Amino acid sequence: MSLPPSTVEFRHAGKRYGDGPQVLDDFSLTASPADFISLIGPSGCGKSTLLRLISGLSPLTSGELLVDGHPPELAARELAYVFQEPTLLPWLTVSRNVETVMRLRGVPAAERKATRDRILSLVRLDNLHNRYPRQLSGGQKMRVSLARALTLAPRLLLLDEPFGALDEMTRDHLNEELLAIREQQRWTTFFVTHSVAEAVFLSNRVIVMANNPGQIHREIPVPFPYPRTEDTRQSSDYHRLVAEVSALLRSVERTSA
Amino acid sequence: MSPYHRLLPVLTGLLFIVIWYAVHFSLSTEERYLLPRPDAVIAAFRTEGDILWSATLNTALGAFAGFGGAVVISFAGALLLSLSTLVRASLYPFLMILQMIPIIVLAPILILWSGPGFLSVTIITFLICFFPMVVNTTQGLISTDRNLVDLFRMSRAARWQEIFLLRVPSALPYFFTGLRIAATLAPIGAIVGDIYAGNSAGGRGGLGFQTIIFSAQFKIPALFATAFASCLLGFVFVGTVVALQWRLMHKWHDSFHRSDS
Repeated sequence: MSLPPSTVEFRHAGKRYGDGPQVLDDFSLTASPADFISLIGPSGCGKSTLLRLISGLSPLTSGELLVDGHPPELAARELAYVFQEPTLLPWLTVSRNVETVMRLRGVPAAERKATRDRILSLVRLDNLHNRYPRQLSGGQKMRVSLARALTLAPRLLLLDEPFGALDEMTRDHLNEELLAIREQQRWTTFFVTHSVAEAVFLSNRVIVMANNPGQIHREIPVPFPYPRTEDTRQSSDYHRLVAEVSALLRSVERTSA
Repeated sequence: MSPYHRLLPVLTGLLFIVIWYAVHFSLSTEERYLLPRPDAVIAAFRTEGDILWSATLNTALGAFAGFGGAVVISFAGALLLSLSTLVRASLYPFLMILQMIPIIVLAPILILWSGPGFLSVTIITFLICFFPMVVNTTQGLISTDRNLVDLFRMSRAARWQEIFLLRVPSALPYFFTGLRIAATLAPIGAIVGDIYAGNSAGGRGGLGFQTIIFSAQFKIPALFATAFASCLLGFVFVGTVVALQWRLMHKWHDSFHRSDS
């Protein structure tokens, strides 16, 4: 591995779109390398906006945001984004979809092919290279989307509710796979979700957010060691923490309603 | 589709011919010339065969030239229009105007400019085909999935990569919608163009010209034959487009894969 995972630093960051309401206000947070941060909160609390800011797609309106010490639009682009939808190119096969980002970055064909094969077996899709997206299940499509994000060995991974549309079984499997891959590739992760169980299982820090304007309500550290497995889900500590975060989230949603 | 479904059009066709005969014979003997019998139409295909064949070829040529020109120029135009809302706002009204000028009004002007004949017929066909194609293709180019555009931008894709690797392929279904409409219009455009701005000298006349001749000669079965020849030409155009669309899209596009419902 070349460079360590990224650092992300929000300092009193604020964001509003045009003359709209303040989506994000006085938001301060520092993500250390290899942090896995889950963002959870009522809709409209600016979770997805945070990801767009980090990705450099959208500028801040106040405060400061630094990715590895640089403004996000100038930061080295070892960043990958996984959308809520699989966001695949329907006219390309699985192989070609996974190669898309590498192709855009001008990675030579031989290297593309090697990386693609390695990543596809990492997400356990070895036998589906020549399928088209419409021939895949929801879970498989999401795996392809994840595979594409991982092809550039990102240092920073942004996931916007990637497993939200999947059934619980598939979601649990993909959560475990995501952590297994993380043992091999190290990234700093921001993960937006609506599922408390998912947030607690995956992250070392859970940020519960409040809305109008979007702010940090409470940060909850998750002390369980990695690698986490199915056993983690069975433990009473895990259940206690999930209950605690759920209660927090409910209290936020009550006040925001 | 079951084999029975494929037989259905054959059955409706046979039924159609039966009704045709029935209507013919229900007319009084003096009126029967108004609707010639199907076999008389087939006979007209034989007796007027050479003339019909060359007229069909001439019309096909004009239709193909106008249609082809419209494909190329509407695609380039759609790329231009897709660049910004500013470009669209300033050019769309004029596209509408172009579409609203009746061909009958335009024909004499065209004849003044380029003389009667192939060029005028081609221009008329072009004008008829252009609008549905440019509108549909533009719509396709600006309807690209937002997230995919973001993905390309985050990957630092060049502008040309965003256009040709993302926007153009995702516009393909829209492009073909326009192309299918234009393919049905192209032969009609060439025939109408032939009537108003054609030149029949030296066997250059098309189906439009033949329509005028046959009706002047009161050859009613031949008129029916001309109508069928026009239909066949239309089928060739649409069939080619459908085949091309199948070739480019059947592997990945949902429209080629029906669910059981």
